[in-house]
Amino acid sequence: MGRRLADLFHGRPRLQVGSLLAGPIGWLVIGYLGSLAVLLIASFWSVNALSGETIKGFSFDNYKELVDVPVYRDVAGRTIGIAAAATVTDALLAIPIAFYMAKLASPRAKALLVVAVLMPLWSFYLVKVYAWRTMLSADGAVNWALDPLGISGPGYGTSAVWLVESYLWLPYMVIPIYAGLERIPNSLLNASDDLGAKPGTTIRRIILPLAFPAIVAGSIFTFSLTLGDYITPSLVSPDTQFIGNVVKANITNNLPLASAFAVVPIIVMIIYLLIARRLGAFEHL
Amino acid sequence: MRLSPLWTNLLRGAVGVTLAFIYIPLVVIFLYAFNGGPGLGWPPSDFTTQWFGDAIRNQGAQDALITSLKVGAAATVVALLLGTLASFAVARHQFFGRETISFLVILPIALPGIVTGIALSNTFTQVFGISLGLFTVVVAHATFCIVLVYNNVIARLRRVSANFEEASADLGAHTWQTFRYVTMPNVQTALVAGALLAFALSFDEIIVTTFTLGAGDETLPIWIFSNLFRPNQVPIVNVVAVLTVLISIIPVYFAHRLTREEGAAGAPTAGGAVAAETPAP
Repeated sequence: MGRRLADLFHGRPRLQVGSLLAGPIGWLVIGYLGSLAVLLIASFWSVNALSGETIKGFSFDNYKELVDVPVYRDVAGRTIGIAAAATVTDALLAIPIAFYMAKLASPRAKALLVVAVLMPLWSFYLVKVYAWRTMLSADGAVNWALDPLGISGPGYGTSAVWLVESYLWLPYMVIPIYAGLERIPNSLLNASDDLGAKPGTTIRRIILPLAFPAIVAGSIFTFSLTLGDYITPSLVSPDTQFIGNVVKANITNNLPLASAFAVVPIIVMIIYLLIARRLGAFEHL
Repeated sequence: MRLSPLWTNLLRGAVGVTLAFIYIPLVVIFLYAFNGGPGLGWPPSDFTTQWFGDAIRNQGAQDALITSLKVGAAATVVALLLGTLASFAVARHQFFGRETISFLVILPIALPGIVTGIALSNTFTQVFGISLGLFTVVVAHATFCIVLVYNNVIARLRRVSANFEEASADLGAHTWQTFRYVTMPNVQTALVAGALLAFALSFDEIIVTTFTLGAGDETLPIWIFSNLFRPNQVPIVNVVAVLTVLISIIPVYFAHRLTREEGAAGAPTAGGAVAAETPAP
């Protein structure tokens, strides 16, 4: 039986490709893209204000509402702003450590640092957010540590979201940058040195331009993961709304509006991915 | 590049600060697990190991753990199958739309979890009329886990020349024999690494899970989330948190060993798409 099947496939590349791809493509195109399409369609529906019934017609009302109502504009702006802030913060934190790992550390230290940076990725996301929630509480560890200096921590709020998101996704930034820097041959840096460039010049004119696509690759993750997160805001900033919170809150009562708001991060991410691809980031994913 | 001692030390300092930033919250949560005092004030006031026993005996946490293991295992099996098939097609064949496959595979993880979550739950309930439950979570998890297997296996296939498979065929082996004796030994560590990542991601996932899980079921992250706001459960949550961190050392250890044996295998990144192949140290 197995033998006969093997003979059937032999010398028939199209049949081979077809049978390899049928499962994955069926799953991702019909299952995943299909459900994204359903989401998109639902975003044009509306809800009868009185009966609460969903009207399956076509209208731009939900999108108009998102643009017209200032609260929604603020929420979208705040979410994208925090995602951008966390991304920049992570890049600033990741570049030095990635550089040290790739170019200065001994092989042993390098191996240890890779493990040290990746290790937190294995512990629960929720546990990490929860740890910050505990630390940022009024009588938590942050205030305790800052008290002798006469200052207090950020407490709960938008800046706490920025801090925690930066914390959560930092490894996703470090690893691609580290891998990108590893690809830069040391001889290139030595050549720059020999030609009289100071370290600052080498960093600015050789290392950063070559590492930039890797930084963009890392930023895809930090940005996207922050954009959709609603758990972190609900734990460390209960009084401010982010896109995820609004979508979640509307899901039962106004699915069309929730769907329309969920389309916002999709559009933002598609634009982001297109720009990232132009910058060569996909080579570093 | 020759950095002055001052700059080298500054850089070392920055590395130290970043590592402290990464590890302080984990240490804090570790200490809280032994907190004998009431509330969550810092520093913990009393030392006790009482909560560990309570946590291990906690029925809700036990059930949630079992649900998580089931979901993780099933999602991993599906992801292994689909991810491997797709990676073989892309790495070993030429066909129209080949470039699109990687994009398609990455999409479920690149789009925010909340988008994937509501899109899938909507489709399950409204289009297919399937009520939410373990099956729907497994489907959802498998969808975003495919990329982890795919990235690991395809990276391996690109390094292993197709010539070996052709040679095997020339020597008279049929398709299965070639697969069994030539292809499999070359990719099996990549499969293990991909499976490990897929399982870990599924085990940790909460957002997509929230939207696709039935009302009666709880995975471990969902259990933790629903107990965070119950003051008398908080000590147990602390312990469960610590236990998950400790248990996570096991896959880290295995992934690290795989990486070493292979020279360069899948780096253990939960996002997976990140640097599926980090250069060997």
